[in-house]
Amino acid sequence: MTDLSLANAAVAPSRRANPPVRPEVERAVSAAGVIGDAARPLSLWERLTGVALLRRLVLLVAVAALWQGAALWQNNPLMFPTFTAMASALVEAVLRDDLLTMAWVSLSVLLKGYAIAVALAVALTTLAVSTRIGDDLLSTLTSMFNPLPAIALLPLAMLWFGLGSISLTFVLVHAVLWPLALNTHAGFTAVSDTLRMAGRNYGLTGPRYVLTLLIPAAFPTILTGLKVGWAFAWRTLIAAELVFGVSSGKGGLGWFIFQNRNELYTDKVFAGLAAVILIGLLVENLVFRWIEARTVRAWGMVR
Amino acid sequence: MNALFSPTTLRDAATAAPNALASSEVPLLDVSGVTVQYKTRAHLVTACHRVDFQLYKGERYVLLGPSGCGKSSLLKAVGGFLPPVEGSIRLNGQPVTRPGPDRMMVFQEFDQLPPWKTVKQNVMFPLLASGKATRRQAEERALAAIATVNLSGFADAHPHTLSGGMKQRVAIARALAMEPDILLMDEPFAALDALTRRKMQDELLQLWDTLGFTMLFVTHSIEEALVVGTRILVLSPHPGRVKAEINCHAFDRASAGSPDFQAVAQRIHALLFADAVEQPVAGGAS
Repeated sequence: MTDLSLANAAVAPSRRANPPVRPEVERAVSAAGVIGDAARPLSLWERLTGVALLRRLVLLVAVAALWQGAALWQNNPLMFPTFTAMASALVEAVLRDDLLTMAWVSLSVLLKGYAIAVALAVALTTLAVSTRIGDDLLSTLTSMFNPLPAIALLPLAMLWFGLGSISLTFVLVHAVLWPLALNTHAGFTAVSDTLRMAGRNYGLTGPRYVLTLLIPAAFPTILTGLKVGWAFAWRTLIAAELVFGVSSGKGGLGWFIFQNRNELYTDKVFAGLAAVILIGLLVENLVFRWIEARTVRAWGMVR
Repeated sequence: MNALFSPTTLRDAATAAPNALASSEVPLLDVSGVTVQYKTRAHLVTACHRVDFQLYKGERYVLLGPSGCGKSSLLKAVGGFLPPVEGSIRLNGQPVTRPGPDRMMVFQEFDQLPPWKTVKQNVMFPLLASGKATRRQAEERALAAIATVNLSGFADAHPHTLSGGMKQRVAIARALAMEPDILLMDEPFAALDALTRRKMQDELLQLWDTLGFTMLFVTHSIEEALVVGTRILVLSPHPGRVKAEINCHAFDRASAGSPDFQAVAQRIHALLFADAVEQPVAGGAS
């Protein structure tokens, strides 16, 4: 088929389109000013809708309004208090029941467990990148323990360490260590060969190589691991506190929720839950956002 | 501060007296009988086979061959990243056993610059990591090196804000600031567009004019080899074996396209594709 048409074209050149040969052109480039304004300031509305925080705030207000309406319509404060009742209970809890101190008690236990877990994760992954047996060890341990919910270890922890903050720390370390180690290791293995070779070219070896090259190069995934670890830890802590508070029935946000449920102060239960959410949001949006802006975003590793 | 940044015109001298190398002079780099192999998932690939060449101080030596001929692997062996399975690589008489800051490498890939460091910090990084300079000295040398590649205005920029050509210039500045015995360049301009590549070749030659470093340059472009190099090692297709060593110190950008230049290019082309029966390459990496 193609052969035939090619042959035809050779035989009958008149079938070929003959583009005209046109004169060459050279021009002076016109000034850009002729095109008009290169940039136009955005209108106020465009600028406001561009702010993510504002859009989300509007959504939150809508959810709160919906809640208020539903609660008023149901009219059963024992089961489902209104948004305003929750808000006033929250303020009252902060002012009178020392909710902030309780939150701080929870947070300090959490930070302790978190710090230990981070140190362990760094040690484990350093071992994993430097030796093959370490790599096998980490892979086996993470695949074994990562699916095991931290809270399932609580009975065992209570048996070993009693009702106290040591049990909580143990459970928290378990909650943070495995997802963080998994992410850090994935980050290390994803560092490009070129960057590795550049580092070795400088004469970097051992812990200095890990510290000055691998960790910053893998920081986007490490940061994800830190965030996931934080969320796991926060959840685990509140759940564990529902069982016995921070140390035998003293303090902690989980304990606050549990006690108020026992006494059927449903608005305070809601206030406790709101505090849990607020702290989670604050850490996510202030602490992690700040770290992200200073590091991976400034380095162009994440858009 | 350092002798390397004093301006002299070495290229003219080299062009004028091409065979000034006395045979008694000791080579800076001596590669003899080197075979490099590497493992892929399923194969043991021989990248190059019993390659010999010597490199003298101040030379711009080019490894040229079709892709997959093992020239990059050979360069990595010189860099100390791939230990050869036979033969020896000696730098200043000392066998090369591991990567080191006396052989600074410039890679083809743009991600060779740690993205978390600014241009200045990137150039300072090897100086500090190898313990070659104190922080003050490193900063001074980094700024001088950045100035020689005309990036002074970008000293505090992060690499992701730079263009490809600028990134390669930072990588060159980073290597030059270390004042290495030998500069290893692994197709440094291959990922650039044609216009930028040409500009970078000219800039590299200008740098060589003023600094007079020794360079081992890998490329698969005959034209680039002729313009950039003083001597070319032509490697056969996979596995790479030495086909020829050709002098090209007489050529530069101005003589590119001249009849002599064309004749040498033709000769190299014929050498490269004389036995142009394509064989399936087991590994795939060059």
